[in-house]
Amino acid sequence: MPVTARPASEEELADVVRDHAARRAPMRIFGGGTRPVGDVPEIAAAVSACGLSGITLYEPDALTLVAKAGTPLAAIETALAAEGQHLPFEPADHRALLGTDGSSTIGGVAAAGISGPRRIQAGSTRDSLIGLRFVSGEGEIIKNGGRVMKNVTGYDLVKLLCGSHGTLGILTEVSFKLLPKPSTTGMLRIEGLDDATAITALTRALGSPFDVSGAAHAQTRPEGRPLTLIRVEGLPESVAYRTERLREWLAPVLPAGADIAIESDAAKTAAGWQWVRDVEGFAGKPGSVWKLSVKPTDGPGVVADIARAVDCRALYDWGGGLIWLLTPAPDAEAAPVIRGAVNARGGHATLMRRGAASDPAVPAFHPEAARIAALSQALRRKFDPAGILNPGLMGR
Amino acid sequence: MTAIAMPEASSAILARKDEIVARLIDAIGVDAVIHDPEETLAYECDALVAYRCPPLAVCLPASTGEVAKLLRICNDLNLPVIPRGSGTSLAGGALPTADSIVIGVARLNRVLETDFENRFMRVEAGMTNLAVSGAVAAHGFFYAPDPSSQLACAIAGNVAMNSGGAHCLKYGVTTNNLLGVTLVTLEGEIVEVGGPHLDPAGYDLLGVICGSEGQFGIVTEAVLKILPKPEGARPILLGFDANEIAGACVADIIRSGVLPVAMEFMDKPAIIACENFAKAGYPTDVEALLIVEVEGSDAEIAEQLAKIREIAARHAPKVMRESHSAVQSDLIWKGRKAAFGAMGQIADYMCMDGTIPTSQLPFVLKRMGEMSAQYGLGVANVFHAGDGNLHPLILYDANKPGDQEKCEEFGAAILKLCVEVGGCLTGEHGVGVEKRDLMVHQFNEADLEMQMRVKDVFDPKWLLNPAKVFPMAASHSRRTANRPAGNGPAGNHEKAA
Repeated sequence: MPVTARPASEEELADVVRDHAARRAPMRIFGGGTRPVGDVPEIAAAVSACGLSGITLYEPDALTLVAKAGTPLAAIETALAAEGQHLPFEPADHRALLGTDGSSTIGGVAAAGISGPRRIQAGSTRDSLIGLRFVSGEGEIIKNGGRVMKNVTGYDLVKLLCGSHGTLGILTEVSFKLLPKPSTTGMLRIEGLDDATAITALTRALGSPFDVSGAAHAQTRPEGRPLTLIRVEGLPESVAYRTERLREWLAPVLPAGADIAIESDAAKTAAGWQWVRDVEGFAGKPGSVWKLSVKPTDGPGVVADIARAVDCRALYDWGGGLIWLLTPAPDAEAAPVIRGAVNARGGHATLMRRGAASDPAVPAFHPEAARIAALSQALRRKFDPAGILNPGLMGR
Repeated sequence: MTAIAMPEASSAILARKDEIVARLIDAIGVDAVIHDPEETLAYECDALVAYRCPPLAVCLPASTGEVAKLLRICNDLNLPVIPRGSGTSLAGGALPTADSIVIGVARLNRVLETDFENRFMRVEAGMTNLAVSGAVAAHGFFYAPDPSSQLACAIAGNVAMNSGGAHCLKYGVTTNNLLGVTLVTLEGEIVEVGGPHLDPAGYDLLGVICGSEGQFGIVTEAVLKILPKPEGARPILLGFDANEIAGACVADIIRSGVLPVAMEFMDKPAIIACENFAKAGYPTDVEALLIVEVEGSDAEIAEQLAKIREIAARHAPKVMRESHSAVQSDLIWKGRKAAFGAMGQIADYMCMDGTIPTSQLPFVLKRMGEMSAQYGLGVANVFHAGDGNLHPLILYDANKPGDQEKCEEFGAAILKLCVEVGGCLTGEHGVGVEKRDLMVHQFNEADLEMQMRVKDVFDPKWLLNPAKVFPMAASHSRRTANRPAGNGPAGNHEKAA
């Protein structure tokens, strides 16, 4: 979509929005355009936040970063790595999965709220996002939160805006709480487990005192055997101790003779978790990609229910609580099966990538309970009375 | 900000007291409604004891359904509602007005579900914070947020204020450990928000409900994340010649990649007071003390403490005392935990709660010392250094005319300083009535308007905890739009002597 406006300042962006609001002219808002989730009708105006770029403040001693929304994620990751720090929630790079290119922005990360495997230990995007500035649908510049990690001054609009995909406001600046990058990563690899046994093992690992920071299970991979991965991070001796203890800790729930290995090669470990984080196994494969959020122990049952009705492959992350599903089934056929299975137990399913056999009538975002949906829509009208910010996304 | 004003009570409501009480009793039974003026006195204030006003009536429902019935009545009759957990708010979050109905959740105190596999529990919101952790301790789990009032404070209040604690640096605050709530709206609707699964399908309503200070609805149940207890924990006590040096040591520890679960900072006045009171063996010839605690197995603790000792050594500490046993750990924590009691022995005090960027620590402490001389009031600092959340305790004499006003002015000046250096007015206590009128120093009109619009969605009539959080002038038109006509006696909130 050709960019029609690329404001270079917050004020300029506010002017653009006020102009659109006055004309009730909808606008499509994007950062790097790498996470095109949801259904967007053709809109003539495409406003890019990429003109607002640059790190405003980085205080490594205070574990705090403030950056303009259009700052490339890569630039931020480089700056943090130079100080041995990182964004704790491990933002995913879904370009290969979603078939996009370009450069992901930090504002896009906040607006999409995509957290990686470390989410189970260090929290999600919204847990690290401590402040933001945005332009409302009326063109007002609003700030909320700040640059300190403990702040209960006023309502927490930061959480509300995080993951709102630009429908409540256009992010102009974001503040994150950072963490030191662990010096060492250790990983347990178990091959050949069925889903239920794998999730039982992940559950046991996450219930241990060994501070697990990654817990994933892939049904199949290029070599064909299921693979279960558990990660611990920290100081070297501690990592060595915890991986060893975890191996013993898991023994009671694994089949006799289970193939359990400790991987300490840094490059292999990093590659393994990137493979999980970016859902590399589904990239370039035909079909639709769904993202399910369920109670972790419900995961295998949900997948089994779905697999009885439609052909699918699953990658479990977050100890089973996050399920990436690849299915060649047409959306119209898969949606009721997938959403039915999720609704039966509690949770939600987002259609992240539409396959060839897509049906625009299937909404990408999970339909919510009536009262929640009503509250959400009422909030949206307060932030964007003219209905101009990404109309069509997230239910309107 | 000397005296905090509250809206005048509606005489129309006061005049209908008998009828109102009858309806409340009809809804939840005579034993659950307190309306005798002698008995409502028990609910006239929370932990911000300087401000008091008995409510019209107090209701103590025993179920979510009863809460819904009560709220429908309040909505019907346009009665202001003051939600109450355990009444431990230091910010006046549960301060009533004479025409209000206090709805306390203390009787909702059961564990409803415990799921160790999925690491959550569902509890009724009147449970105390400590009881929640206690309920899972035998299984090796705990609930991470640990406000210092945890023995008494309720989960309902923790959710309302997004409470923190000493271990936030590693574990986060309430909002980072909350998976879902049952919220009863003013219309009496029971709304389930979130649940044991992670992340919302759409907007993060849970995120904005947490910390909304009882202004969106009444939370009757909560789904809480529980964590496996670490194998062990041990602190190290570090003493320095200057606040600046201790501050630099904190920064270096953070930079090193060690992530302590707690880093507590005490300045000289606090050290002396705590030592005199608790006899914890603190050195009294240092200017600043740090208590740094790490977790893990014995070997992991040793590895982390060795690294911390190495860093501290670069700052020439006067004291470096590592705990080697549970008894020694308790002793190190004993003084810190006694801080508030110790201060209470010396004088009356007001506990402030601003947050600053940690890089500003030396400057802010120096500035606070100057202000202390200027106001002629002592100030002691005990705070969470890792996250920059300050708790200056301003000492005053409640019996000395004008001292409390001076103390409040000093407190406001400190909070404004926190905002000026890039921090905020409140790190974990909430705004309540205490910091309501200071909000204009942190937010402009547009910022506050957007927040108030969110309340408009949840509580269009502005009956839930109406005179809190926002400056009175800013919320005036919203609060008065649905008020029954007629004003009652003014001055219900005169400060206690």
